[in-house]
Amino acid sequence: MPDVCVAPPAAYLHVRDTLLRAAVWSATLLVGAVFAWLLADLLGQGAARIDWSFLTSAPRNAGRSGGIAPILVSTLVVVVVAIAVAAPLGLATAVLLAEVVRRGGRTERLIGLSLDVLAGIPSIVFGLFGNAFFCIWLGLGFSILAGGLTLACMVLPILIRTAESGLRMVPNDWRFGAAALGLSRAATLWQILIPAAAPALLAGLMLGIGRAMAETAALVFTSGYVDRMPSSLWDSGRAISVHIYDLSMNVAGGDQSAYASALVLIVLLIMINSAAIWLADILLVRRIKMI
Amino acid sequence: MSRLDRDTRLLWSLSASAVLASGLLLLIVLFLAAESWPALSRVGIQAFFFGKGWHPTEGAFDLTPMLVASLATSTLAMAVAVPFGVASALFQRFYAPVLFGQIYLWIIVLLAGTPSVVLGLWGLTTIVPLILWLAPPGTSLIAGSLILSLMIMPTVALTTDAALAALPQSHWAGAAALGLSREATIINVILPSARASIFAGSILALARALGETMVVLMVSGNVVQVPTSLFDPVRTLTANIALEMAYATGDHRSSLFVSGLALAGLVLILAIAARRSGGHVVHA
Amino acid sequence: MTATPDRIADGSYWPQSYTLGPIMSGEPCCVPKTLISVEGLSPSYSGKTALENVSLDIDGGCITALIGPSGCGKTSLLSSLNRLTDLIPGCRLAGRIRIDGEDIHGVDVNVQGLRRRVGMIFQRPNPFPLSIRRNIEMPLREHGMSRRSELDERIERALRDVGLWAEVRDRLDSPALTLSGGQQQRLCIARAVALEPSILLMDEPCSALDPLSSGIVEDLIASLRGRYTVVIVTHNLAQARRIANYAALFWVQNRAGTLIEFDQCRRLLEAPRSDITAAYVRGHRG
Ligand SMILES: Nc1ncnc2c1ncn2[C@@H]1O[C@H](COP(=O)(O)OP(=O)(O)OP(=O)(O)O)[C@@H](O)[C@H]1O
Ligand SMILES: [Mg+2]
Repeated sequence: MPDVCVAPPAAYLHVRDTLLRAAVWSATLLVGAVFAWLLADLLGQGAARIDWSFLTSAPRNAGRSGGIAPILVSTLVVVVVAIAVAAPLGLATAVLLAEVVRRGGRTERLIGLSLDVLAGIPSIVFGLFGNAFFCIWLGLGFSILAGGLTLACMVLPILIRTAESGLRMVPNDWRFGAAALGLSRAATLWQILIPAAAPALLAGLMLGIGRAMAETAALVFTSGYVDRMPSSLWDSGRAISVHIYDLSMNVAGGDQSAYASALVLIVLLIMINSAAIWLADILLVRRIKMI
Repeated sequence: MSRLDRDTRLLWSLSASAVLASGLLLLIVLFLAAESWPALSRVGIQAFFFGKGWHPTEGAFDLTPMLVASLATSTLAMAVAVPFGVASALFQRFYAPVLFGQIYLWIIVLLAGTPSVVLGLWGLTTIVPLILWLAPPGTSLIAGSLILSLMIMPTVALTTDAALAALPQSHWAGAAALGLSREATIINVILPSARASIFAGSILALARALGETMVVLMVSGNVVQVPTSLFDPVRTLTANIALEMAYATGDHRSSLFVSGLALAGLVLILAIAARRSGGHVVHA
Repeated sequence: MTATPDRIADGSYWPQSYTLGPIMSGEPCCVPKTLISVEGLSPSYSGKTALENVSLDIDGGCITALIGPSGCGKTSLLSSLNRLTDLIPGCRLAGRIRIDGEDIHGVDVNVQGLRRRVGMIFQRPNPFPLSIRRNIEMPLREHGMSRRSELDERIERALRDVGLWAEVRDRLDSPALTLSGGQQQRLCIARAVALEPSILLMDEPCSALDPLSSGIVEDLIASLRGRYTVVIVTHNLAQARRIANYAALFWVQNRAGTLIEFDQCRRLLEAPRSDITAAYVRGHRG
C-alpha cells in the first residue's frame, strides 16, 4: 500500500524514542544499584555486630562495644507515649471532621488548614518547640515524656488525616441503615463506623509509629542523649535514631555499631509495617465474612 | 434521656479534641514567635539578612549563608530527584515486566521508609569518601544534595505513580489505534496529563528536602559560608539549629528560633503551593 | 471456506459509482475487491476462545457491519484487524489476517504503520486531554509530518470532513474535553481520518451518543463510503440497514463466538438464510 500522504516517521522520532527508553532503564537500574549498595552496606557492616547480647546489654565505651538495650527501651517508651497521646486525640478529631462538621464548611476548612500547616513543619522546628514548651516552660526537662509529647505533636496530623479518609471510605448506606434502626450517634460510631474503618485506622497508626521511630531531629533537644536505662518517664533517654547519629558523628570507630543499630531500626520498621498489612488483611477478611 | 447524654458527651469530647489539635498549631507559632522576639526586637529583622556574618556570641546574626546553603542543597536535590522519580514511575508502570515492576515498587517503598539518619550514616561512610577522593574535604554541598535526592526521590516516584495509575486506560488504546509508539504516548499524552501531580510531588519533595536536618547535618560539612563550588562544605538552616541549640543562650538561642520560624514559613509556602497546584500528592 | 458475499455486479444494491480513498486515489471502481481477508481467525483470552474459526473477506470502499448479541466477539474481531489485541495481556490470535494481500502478523510488519493505515474509533469517545488542535496534530507529527502549513491544512481538512470545522474553528486551542459527546466522537473520527488511513474500524461509535449526535455521526460514516473501507460494529439494525453494504452476524455457540452469516446487508436482514439470523432479526423487529 503506497504511503504517499504521510511520510514515514522521521529518524529523530526514532532517536527520541530510543533515548527515552534508554533513560528510563538506566535511571531505574541506577536506583536499583544504589539501593543494593545501601542494603549491602547495612547488612555487611551491621549484621556482624548483631547478636542476642547486642539487643540485651548496655552500650559500653560510648557505644563502640556493648549493646543497645537501654536505647531500645527508651525508643519504645518514647513511641508509646507519643502514640498514647496522639491516637485518641487524632481519632476524635478525625471523627469530628468526617462525621460531624459539614464537608467544606468553615470549621472543616479551618481545622484542615491548621493540620496541613502542622504536617509541613520541619521536625527540627518541632524540636525547638518541644524544647521551649515541654522541657522548659512545662519544666519537664530533657525527658522521655518531653520527647514523646513532641513526637505526639508531630504525628498528630498524619493520624488525623489517615483516620479521616478511612472513615470517609465507609459507605453512607451503613450510616443511613444505623439511623433507620434508631441507633444513637455514639452507638453508630462505636458499633459500625470505627470497626468498619479499622483497617485504615490501623494503617494510619502504623504509619505514625514508623514516623515516630525514625525521627531524630525532634528528639535531640527534648528526650536527650543519655544512654542509661531510663527508670521513669522523667528520665532522659536516647532514642535509637539519636544513637545512630551520635555514633556516626561523635564517636570515632562507632560506624559498625551505628550500622548495627540502623539495621535493627530498619528491621523494626519493616516488622511494624508487615504487621500492619497483616492485621489490616485479617480485619478486612473478617468484615467481608460478616457481610 | 441517657442516649441524649451519651451523644452530647461524645460531641463535646470530639470538639474538645479538635480544638486541642488545631490549637496546637497556634501554640507552636506562639512559642516560636515568643522565643524569637528577644532577638528580633533587639537586633532587628534586617540584621538576619544583611548582617556581618554569623558570629552569634558577638551579636552578628547573618543567616544568609545558611539560607543560601539550604536553598542550594534542596533545589539541587530536587533537580536530581525529579527525573529519577518520574523515570521510576514510568518504568514501574509501562516498562517493567510484571514481577520486576513489583520488586522495583518495593525498593521505592523501602527507600521511602528508610529513616533519614540511616541515609546520613550511609552517605557519610560511602559517598563522602568518594567525593573526598574527587575533591576534599568530601563533606560538601554535593554530598548533601545527592543523599537528599535519594531521600526525596520516592516522594516524586510514588506521587507520579499514583497519578499514572489514575489515568484512564483508554488513552493507551486511543494512542495505539493511531499508531503511536509507547514513547510517543508517554511524551504526548501520559506525562501532560500527569503534569499537575508531578509538579505537586516535586514541590512537596523540595519542602521535605528544605526541612530535613539529619542528612545535611551529617554529610554536608557544616561550615558557615556561601558556597562557591559544589564541593564546598556548607551549613544549612536546619543543621545550624541542630548544632548550636545545645549550648546557645540569650539572643543566640533566640536567633535560632528566628531561623526556625523562617524555615517553617518557607516550607509552609511550598506545601501550600503544592496543594494549590491541584495535583494529588502521596505522603511517603 | 471463506465466506464471501455475492458481489453486486449489477449495481442494483449499490447504484452510484465511487472512487476509493485518498491513498488509492484516482482509480474509479465499481466492483469493489477484497481488501481485508480473514482466514480461520480464533482470538482467545487466557486460553478461553472468544471467536471460533472466523473467515470472511471484506471489500474495499464498502461499509461492513458486524452484528450480534453482546459477548459474541465483535470487538475481538475488530481489534484483531489493527492488532490492538497486542495490548491485552493473555490475548492470543490463531489464524491469518491479510490486508491488501499482506499478512499483518508477518515478521517485517511495522505495527505502528499498520495502525496508521487502519484507524479505529471506540465506543466511548476518547480524545486525549489536549487541545482540539493537538489531538489531530500530535499523531500527524508522530508519523513524520512537521511542516506547519501542511499540518494546518490537514487539520482543517479532517475537521471539515467530519463536519466539525464550523463548530470549532474559533476554539481550536481549547481543551478537547470541553466538547460535547457527539463532537468528541467526531473529533476522534477526524483524528483518525487525518492520518489518511485506508480502513476505519468503528466499535459501536454511536452507542454513547444522544439520538441527534448519533444521527450526525451516522451520516458522517455514510459519507465516508467509497473513500474508506469501514468496518462497523453496531447493535442498531436499522442503522446497519441504512448505511452498511454488507453485514456479518455472529452468535455464541458452544461458548465461543461464531460467524453465522455474511451477506449483503439488505439480504441478510430481509431474507436471512440461517434460522439464527432470522430469529435475531425478527427479535429486533418485534
Ligand atoms: N480483555 C479480555 N479479557 C478476557 N476476556 C475477554 C476480554 N475481552 C473480551 N473477552 C471475552 O471475549 C468474548 C467476546 O468479547 P467481545 O468484547 O469481543 O464481545 P462483543 O461482541 O464486542 O460484545 P459487546 O457487544 O458487549 O461489545 C466475551 O466472552 C468476553 O468475555
Ligand atoms: Mg464490544
